[in-house]
Amino acid sequence: MTSAPTENLHRLPGGLRLPGFKAQSATGEIREVPIPATLILPVRQHAGSAAQPIVAVGERVLRGQPIARAEGDFSASVHASSSGTVVAIESRPIPAREAVEAACIIIETDGQDQAWEGLAPIANPLAATPDALLEAIGGAGIVGLGGAVFPTLAKLRHAVDAGVDTLILNGVECEPYISCDDALMRNHAVEILFGTRIMLTALGLRQCAIGIESDKPEAWAAFTEAASIEGDDRVQLVAIPTVYPSGGEDQLVYLLTGREVPSGGFPSDVGALVHNVGTAAAVADLALTGTPLISRIVTVTGEGIAKPGNYRVRLGTPIADLAAFAGGYTEHAKRLIMGGPMTGVALTDDALPVTKACNCLIATGPAVRTSFEPERPCIRCGECARICPVRLQPQQLLRAHRYGAGDTLDGLGLIDCIECGCCDLVCPSHIPLTQSFRDAKLARRIDVYERERAERARERFERRQEREQARADAQAAETERLKQGANPDAIAEILARKRGTPRGDDD
Amino acid sequence: MDIVAAIAVLAGIALVVGLALTLAARSLQRDADDVVARINAELPQTQCAQCGFPGCRPYAEAIAKGDVDINRCPPGGDATIAALARLLDRDIIALDASLPPPAPPGVAIIDEERCIGCARCLPACPVDAIVGAHQFMHTVVEDLCTGCELCIAPCPVDCIEMVTIDDAERAA
Amino acid sequence: MRFEPALSPYLRPETGVGAVMREVSLALVPAAVMYFFFFGFGILFNIALCIAACVAFEALALRLRGLPVAATLSDCSAILTGVLLAFALPTYLPVWVTITACGAAILLAKHVYGGIGFNPFNPAMLGYAFVLIAFPVAMSSWLPPVIGDLDYVRPGVFERLTYLFTGSWPAGLELDAITRATPLDLVRTAARDQLMLEELRSASPLFGDFGGRGWEWIGNFIALGGGWLLYRGIIRWHIPVAVLAGMLIPATLDSLITGGASGGPGFHLFSGATLLAAFFIATDPVSAATSPRGRLIYGFGIGLIAWVIRKWGGYPDGIAFAVLLMNAAVPLIDHLTAPRILGHGR
Repeated sequence: MTSAPTENLHRLPGGLRLPGFKAQSATGEIREVPIPATLILPVRQHAGSAAQPIVAVGERVLRGQPIARAEGDFSASVHASSSGTVVAIESRPIPAREAVEAACIIIETDGQDQAWEGLAPIANPLAATPDALLEAIGGAGIVGLGGAVFPTLAKLRHAVDAGVDTLILNGVECEPYISCDDALMRNHAVEILFGTRIMLTALGLRQCAIGIESDKPEAWAAFTEAASIEGDDRVQLVAIPTVYPSGGEDQLVYLLTGREVPSGGFPSDVGALVHNVGTAAAVADLALTGTPLISRIVTVTGEGIAKPGNYRVRLGTPIADLAAFAGGYTEHAKRLIMGGPMTGVALTDDALPVTKACNCLIATGPAVRTSFEPERPCIRCGECARICPVRLQPQQLLRAHRYGAGDTLDGLGLIDCIECGCCDLVCPSHIPLTQSFRDAKLARRIDVYERERAERARERFERRQEREQARADAQAAETERLKQGANPDAIAEILARKRGTPRGDDD
Repeated sequence: MDIVAAIAVLAGIALVVGLALTLAARSLQRDADDVVARINAELPQTQCAQCGFPGCRPYAEAIAKGDVDINRCPPGGDATIAALARLLDRDIIALDASLPPPAPPGVAIIDEERCIGCARCLPACPVDAIVGAHQFMHTVVEDLCTGCELCIAPCPVDCIEMVTIDDAERAA
Repeated sequence: MRFEPALSPYLRPETGVGAVMREVSLALVPAAVMYFFFFGFGILFNIALCIAACVAFEALALRLRGLPVAATLSDCSAILTGVLLAFALPTYLPVWVTITACGAAILLAKHVYGGIGFNPFNPAMLGYAFVLIAFPVAMSSWLPPVIGDLDYVRPGVFERLTYLFTGSWPAGLELDAITRATPLDLVRTAARDQLMLEELRSASPLFGDFGGRGWEWIGNFIALGGGWLLYRGIIRWHIPVAVLAGMLIPATLDSLITGGASGGPGFHLFSGATLLAAFFIATDPVSAATSPRGRLIYGFGIGLIAWVIRKWGGYPDGIAFAVLLMNAAVPLIDHLTAPRILGHGR
């Protein structure tokens, strides 16, 4: 393993140097959270279609046993995080940006944490065939653990089809407060490296860059040490400048390779595949012990929590149980944010479970936007455009969105907005730009959908009109022909027949 | 002398501008069909005939001719009126008060238990969204249904109902 | 436990419109002190009157439009408009002319278009241009500096106040005796009479090392305030650099070719409102272009047009008209200089 000089990096347009707020949680220690009495496992913890439950209420399940099967190619299976009894399969709210419910499998744990007999390590994974590796990864319900929860199998398959040449491991973790990847890298660099090599094998690739933010010297040291034990020439360590949002998938690809992911496309369109370091560790875990994805590391932090830190949590653990183990809430806990402070989601209830997407929980003070100055009109200062990492012009997008020029939004790059939140932070008028763009994207999607529907309806209507017209013409021609034939009997016969038949409404 | 020059210059400008305008009018002229198509593109294509015309295109043709106002489309509501006003450079006006108010978008659902297979709803559907045959149960292809409600009246057993749909969810 | 809903991002915004406008206004304080030093208390009176009038007009407009008065006034944009107008107008000007300028700036340039953020033209410059056309004599009466060995009648405080409130000097004081042409006026006249600048300079005590006596020092301190705004990231370098380039490049070429009858780059830099425009007026974000390339074009256009007006136009200083003309071109500039979005084809 080598490390690349930083000056070879490409410069990202825009971005912000944000205060880290990481010191409170980034102790380097990962504490194990005890198994809760009840596990709530939603069948939708990933991007794509929900998994289908394959267990029945009352059934006893064991740790690592599949309880919901991936549905289609773009989905991921769900496993029991511990042993116990399925007590219910019901629709419950799940942590998400919008109020969403999904089927959840509720397990009453028995405290024995008995392993399922089907768990099997992959024998000699570095020599295994790509197909066998992909199959194992798919079976283990592994998804991207950076927060986007893209099914890993779908991503790997797509990468193989697209002819990807570079694997990028994302250890940038650029959002403030979050330190779970940092903790993972400090403690499990060996596993991450192993998982990386398995993925390289599964993909048949010869190039991999591990991007680590420059403010994480301990993680860097851990990787250097891990490499000294068992190195790999294909893997290169790269220090990434501490600028938000360098850890965005497309941003990291640009930083490392200078390739721009095309609008609406994926990194694989430019030959790159990005995985979170946590995903690589999960792959290593699967290969070494056969354990599917049943736990993850969660940063619990913020001034609203008594003992901030990083915790290894079984998936499905109620957030309340995790918070209690982390010392409980302090009087500052007014909001609960899942994810980072820039892109995260404010949850209104801590009865929700920890899912595969939950990298960080921040218990913090009341919402600032309302207590801060009110929104004022845009003064076109252009700061939002200056710091936009995709070089959008948020001020123009806002104008088009608010003053009803929805059709110009596409040209202004609405879909290219990565919703990083930088523009909100520099806006002197305190306009909720990012939320406006989320709203605009939804409105635009509905508009496009409705227009497509209207277009289809128009086509069908016109085809029907033509058909009716043709039928009417044919009938008129037939009547004409019979008239010409001067056979009064035949005419009488036709008229009689016509009277006898019920007629549909002619438009 | 000055006055002659001034007249000459002005006449020259008038000539050049006049020619330019004539050429522009020729090359930029939109034919009537194009206007109708552009109006039609703003209509929701529900084909519900609530405007008094047998479908969206006939209504678009009537608007293009200037026979009728732009506020006769209940399914499109204010959004359609605004879009038409912008397209045709007219004032935004309220929906015609004699028409039913805009209803939330919906689709027709046939209660398959009660359907007797009379096939009367089939010709009523302006977009061929109902499949079925005599003596067989019918069903509405939900994705094709425009929610025009034209199938409800012909049904002898009242087995067709409108249900509201959430376009946000469907678009996702 | 239940928690508050909120929308991301959850970090505090770094700054606010009010803070920005206040800081820009404060950056002009050193220049105001210099102005006072060279030209007397008139500038302080002007600043106070312009701020009061602009805030009053703003409050009136907000009230008439049914908008929250106090909350909107706290954006401090009316104060900044007032300060800029005070710097642009002649130091001694009848109060109704000053108030008319403020009214035109706030009502005509700003609220007619929908208030802050929606005005296509720079309010201060529109107010200035309005009274320049409406009151040409008053607007071209500039008192020479109070410092220096100048041969002219110096009106006392009472006479000055009389002029401010009545518009005419007390009996016995002739306008020609107390006001002096500005250096920009002198250069225009000289160029017409085919005098060389050097001859003019040595002949008139109104000139300093580069531009007008006193004016060049005020210019230095305006540039200092501009430097502070650049350092604080409140303005970006593109517009100031482009304005100065647009003015100084043609001025340099011109003085090389013609021998400097219309004033060289140093003269143009320190005369009239060049530095004020470069750092404080053209950088008004609302009426300026937004993209970096657009700002370079916008600024260069202002400098160039101002120089053209100075050299060939009917007004001694063309900054206000140059700014207004380029304001009108901003939508086009913005449209043509939109940056390429990452991931979109080149």
